[in-house]
Amino acid sequence: MNNNKKVIEVSDLTRKFGKFTAVDSISFDVKEGEIFGFLGANGAGKTTAIKMLIGLLSPTSGKATVAGYDVYNQSEQIKKSIGYMSQKFSLYEDLTIAENISFYAGIYGLTDEQINDKTDLLLKKLDLENSRNELIKSLPLGWKQKLAFSVAIIHDPSIAFLDEPTGGVDPITRRQFWNLIYEAAENKRTIFVTTHYMDEAEYCDRVSIMVDGRIEALDSPANLKSKYDSATMNDVFIQLARKNQVKE
Amino acid sequence: MTVVEVRGLTKKYGKKPAISNLSFDVNEGEIFGFIGPDGAGKTTLFRILTTLLLPNEGNAKVLGKDVVKDYKYLRQRLGYMPGRFSLYMDLTVEENLKFFASIFNTTIEENYDLIKDIYSQIEPFRERRAGDLSGGMKQKLALSCALIHKPQLLVLDEPTTGVDAVSRKEFWEMLKRLKEQGITIIVSTPYMDEAILCDRIALIQNGSILKIDTPNGIVSGFRKNLFSIKANNKYDTIKFLESYEFADSVYPFGDSIHYLDIRENLNSNDLLFDLQSKGIADCKVAVIEAGIEDVFMSLMKENRDEQ
Ligand SMILES: Nc1ncnc2c1ncn2[C@@H]1O[C@H](COP(=O)(O)OP(=O)(O)OP(=O)(O)O)[C@@H](O)[C@H]1O
Ligand SMILES: [Mg+2]
Repeated sequence: MNNNKKVIEVSDLTRKFGKFTAVDSISFDVKEGEIFGFLGANGAGKTTAIKMLIGLLSPTSGKATVAGYDVYNQSEQIKKSIGYMSQKFSLYEDLTIAENISFYAGIYGLTDEQINDKTDLLLKKLDLENSRNELIKSLPLGWKQKLAFSVAIIHDPSIAFLDEPTGGVDPITRRQFWNLIYEAAENKRTIFVTTHYMDEAEYCDRVSIMVDGRIEALDSPANLKSKYDSATMNDVFIQLARKNQVKE
Repeated sequence: MTVVEVRGLTKKYGKKPAISNLSFDVNEGEIFGFIGPDGAGKTTLFRILTTLLLPNEGNAKVLGKDVVKDYKYLRQRLGYMPGRFSLYMDLTVEENLKFFASIFNTTIEENYDLIKDIYSQIEPFRERRAGDLSGGMKQKLALSCALIHKPQLLVLDEPTTGVDAVSRKEFWEMLKRLKEQGITIIVSTPYMDEAILCDRIALIQNGSILKIDTPNGIVSGFRKNLFSIKANNKYDTIKFLESYEFADSVYPFGDSIHYLDIRENLNSNDLLFDLQSKGIADCKVAVIEAGIEDVFMSLMKENRDEQ
């Protein structure tokens, strides 16, 4: 990272469902080109927060801008500036690989020529040239996820939101997926990613750890490990995630 | 006692075998793990063992009964947690659990002890629709549902995918307690730190079992020299190593890089010297003992390369 431009700015962002507060007044910034790890226990509020940041869910209170746009009234602009991979799978199972690519490229307004070029480029990069006419449902999960990521950034967005992109993916493919992330970050794309694999937390420039709707810690992995006197991010996470229950 | 006895089991979808000619045994009270990439055939195997799918060839005995002929007997005594959600998204958390208990003529109260560790974490939300739970909370509910009738054999297909690090630890402590009560457990997982907690593990790839052994046996059988490299610029170092002429494999590993070299008697000083001469200045190199994740990645890669 060679600049300090902020591409995500959040202050006191809150979301309630009835009386229950899923996201409780969180504040943080993300810088351009940063790989930002958004960690937290199950139900901590990660997906809910992401949905607010990408304009799918309206906040109850607080402020947030993404790529300079306000989440309250500029969600259309936000959607054009970001790519999103949801926690559940985001490609069409009954379409072929090539059909999925051109479908998404079409949504984002690419021309036919651009679509053809992008499709060839992508298939080549992912080593899927011989499978272009296979149905998505016949692909192993790891390949689907790599393809889903590439499709999510097909319109060259400045920020990619990835909600548990490597959940259930085998150790080798998981690492190949992170190579794609690194490559995107090298090209100045900002990556906002959640994961439950704590070794992946180490691959992030900074990570935040959410507990019960609040951000309890936010720093580089090295600083967090020294602050919590832990050898691994796994230990840091374990110290924080059940913090509130230990107190009781 | 042998709880699962599989001989020559094959299942084809069309012409392509999902599993081919599998044979293995699982003993009573054992935690038996299956590790392998997605599409390796784990789910197909689990569905046959739980009487939900018919094999094309071979046979499988569970609790001494045949999975094809005695499916009615077996269904009452097996617990199965499929990888994809098996919950009723419109029912509440508690209604889901009640429903599964009632199918098996039991009640939540009767077996509460069995599920307490996991269920208590989502119990505060018992009136919430299952569809409104977070991903990991759904996994916890699905697991509670698979356990509520106190099965003799529990078959868990990636139960901890999407589950956070703390809950995974608690989950495995719970599996240990179930094991102590004599429940046999077959489980698949993408987390290698869980593989080490199994009594035995089978590595499965492309429908075949490559290896079955204890975690210790698998790790101690590994003969290659593994290096841990810590570098200031991890990404550049990885890029460099990937194109290095002696590289066998290069993987990021938490805050370091794990590297296998094709040369046999290489020591860490020689490697360091070589890296420095190629412009990777700021790094530390050490020989380390391989962990289970290193071994599995190496086996999986070898098998992939052979094909
Ligand atoms: N529509 C909804 N109605 C009621 N509660 C909701 C709704 N959506 C989410 N929640 C609750 O908000 C909390 C946060 O959920 P969220 O999905 O954001 O968690 P998460 O951090 O993404 O967890 P995971 O790691 O398991 O994916 C949970 O308690 C969840 O049940
Ligand atoms: Mg989530």
